[in-house]
Amino acid sequence: MIYRETGQFKANYQDDQALFPIAQDRYVVLAVLLVTFAIVPLLLNQYWLNAILLPFLIYALAALGLNILTGYCGQLSLGTGAFMAVGAFSVFKLMTVIPELGFIPLVILSGLITAAVGTLFGLPSLRIKGFYLAVATLAAQFFLIWLFNKVGWFFNYNATGMITSPPMTLFGVIITGPSADPVAKYYLVAGFVAVFALFAKNIARGRIGRNWMAIRDMDIAAELIGVRPLIAKLSAFAVSSFYIGMAGALYFAVWLGSAEPTEAFDINQSFLVLFMIIIGGLGSVLGSFLGAAFMVMMPILLKNIMVDGLGTDAALAAHIEIITVGVLIIGFLIVEPHGLARLWRIAKEKMRLWPFPH
Amino acid sequence: MKTRSLTKTIVAALMAIPLFCGAVSAYELTIPSFDYRTGPYAPNGIPFANGYGDYLLMLNQRDGGINGTKLKLTPCETAYNTKRGVECYENVKNEGDSGAIAIQPLSTGITYQLIPKSSVDRIPIFSMGYGRTSAANGKIFPWVFNFPATYWSQATVFVQYIAEKEGGMDKLKGKKIALVYHNSAYGKEPIRTLESAAKKFGFEFMALPVDHPGQEQKATWLQIRKERPDWVMMWGWGVMNQVAIKEAASIRYPMDHFIGVWWSGSENDVLPAGDGADGYLSGAFHQPGDNFPAHDDIKKHVYDKGMGLGDRDRIGEVLYNRGLVAAMWTSEAIRKAMEIHGTNKVKGVHVRDGFEALDVDEARLTELGLPGFTIPVKITCENHEGPGKVALQQWDAKAKKWSLVSSFYDPLRDITGPLIAEDSAQYAKENSVVPRICN
Repeated sequence: MIYRETGQFKANYQDDQALFPIAQDRYVVLAVLLVTFAIVPLLLNQYWLNAILLPFLIYALAALGLNILTGYCGQLSLGTGAFMAVGAFSVFKLMTVIPELGFIPLVILSGLITAAVGTLFGLPSLRIKGFYLAVATLAAQFFLIWLFNKVGWFFNYNATGMITSPPMTLFGVIITGPSADPVAKYYLVAGFVAVFALFAKNIARGRIGRNWMAIRDMDIAAELIGVRPLIAKLSAFAVSSFYIGMAGALYFAVWLGSAEPTEAFDINQSFLVLFMIIIGGLGSVLGSFLGAAFMVMMPILLKNIMVDGLGTDAALAAHIEIITVGVLIIGFLIVEPHGLARLWRIAKEKMRLWPFPH
Repeated sequence: MKTRSLTKTIVAALMAIPLFCGAVSAYELTIPSFDYRTGPYAPNGIPFANGYGDYLLMLNQRDGGINGTKLKLTPCETAYNTKRGVECYENVKNEGDSGAIAIQPLSTGITYQLIPKSSVDRIPIFSMGYGRTSAANGKIFPWVFNFPATYWSQATVFVQYIAEKEGGMDKLKGKKIALVYHNSAYGKEPIRTLESAAKKFGFEFMALPVDHPGQEQKATWLQIRKERPDWVMMWGWGVMNQVAIKEAASIRYPMDHFIGVWWSGSENDVLPAGDGADGYLSGAFHQPGDNFPAHDDIKKHVYDKGMGLGDRDRIGEVLYNRGLVAAMWTSEAIRKAMEIHGTNKVKGVHVRDGFEALDVDEARLTELGLPGFTIPVKITCENHEGPGKVALQQWDAKAKKWSLVSSFYDPLRDITGPLIAEDSAQYAKENSVVPRICN
């Protein structure tokens, strides 16, 4: 088979510790990047870019963020929607106050603001664990959304409480607002996701990531071998919120264009991202992408196949879609409780041993 | 990777579908219908979608479309969810030969999303009596139409009705008026208007939010019981309406002092409260009932052929008629667009001109089989709200019928005018829109 590492000798530590030690993995990643940046924008129309790939990439970034916290560090969080809202409202305020800074720094800055807020709400994690922590983050969800809905300063005293992203340009191309070019938006978001996915992959396999995993697997043992829970847990909250904040900023400014806090960032948002990482695979970068793809694309795909392809009635299709997605989630969790990423890993193992499985 | 190749296969398959289906066909006008037959807003979404679709199907069956050009009704399920609405819009905007020719989003949230997109994609939005109120200013929002009246006009009409019942505008002083509203962009719409009306007429105004979806309102109504406002207005939608009316009945709030917006006044909203809902009021801009010639045509040409979208005995419900009137105005705008541009192959950009030249008077309504059904509407370049007139209807729980109980009031334009100017100017500034010149 093609996927075999025989003959790939690693002569030094650098090779051994490479991000993708197996050559085929490197080729696959490079090929995916090539497809993402060179082929997809040429191949797909506006509908695919705007309505399917943008939300997929943005949710993948949010899922990456939650995966850092829940998958790698083992801290269950139900506040994802609220942290996305922090990112969205930060970028909105920044875009209206200091637009001259440029869009990319503003998104990163709103990620940092979210990181600060996330760290604050992560403080209880030092004392409470598991489901009880989930309840504490749930408080963040309700409190922050209430705050953004109540205090006029956050939405510039707009009569309806909606925030609308003003048009901004990057290298002379409009990337936010209604006249933004879909291809430019796609490149921007794909760039963000690619860079930060690589960053996440790196951080997860290094010292910090290992600290997180030690805390996740058994926090008392981790403490005994010298991992400091305060720093490990809070850094997980900070990094995770940083990602989720950036995802929220892109979600609002690039994809939706305008948003109201109660609908765009409600508790369903938190559950959606949580389902993504559970289905995709906890503690896996690839899993975040697979989960986001599953949860974002599956409903749209089902709808398009049924309504446009088979000519099903729209309402009936919507009901079938709800049922199918639910059944698929349960089915996947029974067949593979460790998520889609685990399936991929098994497939990889099989391919390496083929044709002599024993 | 695996999923990607799978996706690509499906992409290819989906892209191939139109090749098989749409090879030969006459020019059709794509009219999207943003339905919600699922979720907490379905009780209200279903009758509207049925009325909207049935009328257009009737035109197809009876007249072969508009001036012989068939209409293609394209439903898309939004579940009243903004994100799904945007997906529907992206999906439908280039559908068919004509592309989407007019969008009826049926959700204030979705309308807000689509307003900036509409001018880029050149598709008119007809947010009939909902959506962004300041879109009434056609100089800044050339692509959006919200006739026959806006939420702000409606709020001032309610204030006038209350004043009339209390015995004059000066009697409003010291009265307490509460607003129970859906805590979203939709529900917040009337707040500014009511605040400035409160300042002008000296009544006390209190705003009580109800969070989506509105099933839990005990605290809200407890507060109303405690504060005892003289009048309660409601900006609700979906399941929130039923719950509010039931709660009001359970605290024995006088129903004839409880006024809902026109989205809070259909059969679905009052029936669950039973006799308790008797006397409940709501805004309206058209008649309820199925005793118009157009309804007979729908029964004859659509339901007798088994093509009806809903149940035959629910034709003529308030929201069914709301959908019907929306379809009527849309089809009239298309007719007008064909007349202006001298072609039957119109697109969204032409239909916008049709909306702007729309003039449906009583004589035309009679021709359409809807005599006295609604108010005459005339749209101009600067005024996209049209007449702005609103009447009130009342529920009779014994007869299980709505009926109009007031004449059509004119809105207090001295209150809404400056607010519309201010809000649309802010939009123009934020989005760098240059107001166009109307002559």
